[in-house]
Amino acid sequence: MSTIALPHEAQAHALHHDDRSFVRKYIFSTDHKIIGIQFLFMSLFFLLVGGLLAMTMRWQLGWPGRPIPGGAILGDAKAPGGVMLPEFYNALVTMHGTFMIFFAIMPLLVGVFANYLIPLQIGAPDMAFPRLNMASFWTAVPAGLMMLASFLVAGGSAGAGWTSYAPLSAVPEYSGVHTGQQLWCLSLIILGFSSLMGAVNYITTVINMRAPGMTWFRLPLPVWALFITAILILLAIPILTGALILLYFDQTIGTTFFLPANGGQPLLWQHMFWFFGHPEVYILILPAMGFVSEILANGARKPIFGYPAMVGAMIAIAFLGWIVWGHHMFMSGMNPVLGGYFMVSTLVIAVPSAIKTFNWLGTLWGGSIRFHVPMLNALAFVSMFVIGGLSGMFVAATPVDIPLHDTYFVVAHIHYVLFGGSLFGIFAAITYWFPKMFGRMMNETLGKIHFFLTFIFFNLTFFPMHLLGIAGMMRRLYDPTQYPHLQPVQPMNEFVSVNAFLLGATQLIFVFNFLWSLFKGRKAETNPWHANTLEWAAPSPPPHGNFEVTPIVYRGPYEYSSPDSPVDYLPQDRPPLERPSPAPTLAPAGN
Amino acid sequence: MERWWMPLPEDVSTFGPRIDSLFFTILWITGIVFVLVEVLLVYYIVKYRAREGRRAIFSHGNTRLEIIWTTATFAIVFFLGLASQPLWYAVKEPARFPRGGLELNVTAKQFEWHVTYPGLDGRFGTADDFEKRNELDIPVGVPVHITLRAEDVIHSFFLPQFRLKQDAVPGMEIPAWFQATKTGEFVLGCAELCGLGHYRMRGRVIVQSQEDFQRWVQQQTQVRTADAAR
Repeated sequence: MSTIALPHEAQAHALHHDDRSFVRKYIFSTDHKIIGIQFLFMSLFFLLVGGLLAMTMRWQLGWPGRPIPGGAILGDAKAPGGVMLPEFYNALVTMHGTFMIFFAIMPLLVGVFANYLIPLQIGAPDMAFPRLNMASFWTAVPAGLMMLASFLVAGGSAGAGWTSYAPLSAVPEYSGVHTGQQLWCLSLIILGFSSLMGAVNYITTVINMRAPGMTWFRLPLPVWALFITAILILLAIPILTGALILLYFDQTIGTTFFLPANGGQPLLWQHMFWFFGHPEVYILILPAMGFVSEILANGARKPIFGYPAMVGAMIAIAFLGWIVWGHHMFMSGMNPVLGGYFMVSTLVIAVPSAIKTFNWLGTLWGGSIRFHVPMLNALAFVSMFVIGGLSGMFVAATPVDIPLHDTYFVVAHIHYVLFGGSLFGIFAAITYWFPKMFGRMMNETLGKIHFFLTFIFFNLTFFPMHLLGIAGMMRRLYDPTQYPHLQPVQPMNEFVSVNAFLLGATQLIFVFNFLWSLFKGRKAETNPWHANTLEWAAPSPPPHGNFEVTPIVYRGPYEYSSPDSPVDYLPQDRPPLERPSPAPTLAPAGN
Repeated sequence: MERWWMPLPEDVSTFGPRIDSLFFTILWITGIVFVLVEVLLVYYIVKYRAREGRRAIFSHGNTRLEIIWTTATFAIVFFLGLASQPLWYAVKEPARFPRGGLELNVTAKQFEWHVTYPGLDGRFGTADDFEKRNELDIPVGVPVHITLRAEDVIHSFFLPQFRLKQDAVPGMEIPAWFQATKTGEFVLGCAELCGLGHYRMRGRVIVQSQEDFQRWVQQQTQVRTADAAR
């Protein structure tokens, strides 16, 4: 173990010779911290793009056919007179999902924090393959730009949904989109290479570069979560890439893999897409679970409750992720016997999810809870993830899925998991590690205002979507008022839209706080949260090479309030105190 | 909407009430778990907030608790899986569909539903077959068997008031069934994004009494034969 970690002298040498040019230091950098921060800026940008697309959609859903304020800039091909066309609505639906999943949430969780945290938390000077790491980021950027540029090509961007079901996605005559649909495939193929380069790096780094004493069961939970996630990425992304290549061939050179002519099968796309897609769902939540575990323990000043159970539950979720993909296809015409099987395997996921939830509650029990901004967001994660998990039970039970499938109930469910879960986890993580990344604290008051408003408007936006789904409102519907059974719930659509705009506006507080703190925030100390993990032993921000001497790990990461320490935390690298030897037991007690 | 907090559409199929009752069972179970977890969360947040001079309990977990909540969750999902199976097969497994009743062919294409009726002789491919566009006329109290096809892309045959949904996939013939319990006019919608006209791929389900339906079929067949003679 840790034989690859640099010897002390070599590392100190690296520290003192940081004479890289600006370009090598900040643009084409091989430093895992800079790469993590580059991913942070990239994915926050796409998070904003995705949010804007969502709000544009909500305008149409709240007030179908009314001109969008300022919508004239979209041009006649998208919104003549400011009123959006159905084809533009479909493009919004597709690109909102695509940007949020592939270019915002996934890189925020993995690109940012796997890069930033893994070496720091395991006590390594950098990633195992720093140049590969740099290549990973600089492959993701053109993929994102290509996706963004697809709005500008003739026919607009892809419009077959983020799931791009064939034949709609395969035949331009069906979707009305030609180039956009191809750019969608190419962009995601390129992004896939970025993810794979990242994944092999994370896996290798965790296995080979842990500091002396950092045994597997002393790893901080974010590292466990990111390690498991990296394995999922390594195994799942090639399946998506394969499917995308086949789809691209169907689009361009006349193959019929997913077309019924010549023996092709539309359902084959769904099987391939969801065989990737369900592990992807866990790629999008496991890292957040790791961050939240870390922050809950820190905020509660307690060891994480049931560390082995937490690790076991994550492994179980990752494993189950491979055998549940069919639950996205209950209504697809797949053999109903398969549906019966996939229902059972899906319901079983409730078990590890419940284990995690109860252990988080156990962590809070008997704690001495500090409500710093990261903690508030972590607590929101727990309470919202519960809703997202429980609403999953409805759609996992196949008979109840019959009316709910492909309705707003599903939209509500995934947003409770991806926004209520992942994004609150991301807010927690950004606010928690910001001082380490940039050497300055974020503003607590602004952070709290942002948190409370986001929490309120998030629930007001997404909870009513459950009800819209129960009322039978289909997903990806340009104009719900077309349907008689949806006319009575139209006021609810307006209500959701208003709150979606408020939710969007609230994020400006975060943007302001982030940018302001970057330059004007209070200088951060080395360990502002009084945490135990190794990154807090390095300076804020850590220099190139991270640690002046390779840290030695003596204990697990969550020894908060240990009786062995006079303060309520006990860093992993602090040598054990010489304790006075216990009193001789020969003397009779009570004398 | 009378009950905005539970806006379930009217329920007019034979299996609809069973689906709704399972929905409410799950709502109760998840509702109880939800309240339990959130109340505990808020209680802990308040009770264990940081206060001067108190230190957190130093505990790494409790194996017995882990076993209890793992088993309890497992029992609940096991029960749910068990309770769901028979209903799922009753709605979706062709071998368990009820016998007899009306047979229809439904073909979806961008952006309309074509319903083919076998006519008076009850057989497809004969001269008295007739077709309706975006209109599904059926009798009450009789099983309706549908063979779903799609011509271009995937569509999804969605009858919210009958609690029925089934994708129509090009290259496949997918059987589905339902039985109406009430006469009236209901919604047929498309639930799978199928292109720019997806939002208006809408039809009507018209449920009539069995006598009215027979008369209607006769009428339609006559129209069809008259058309053919002309």
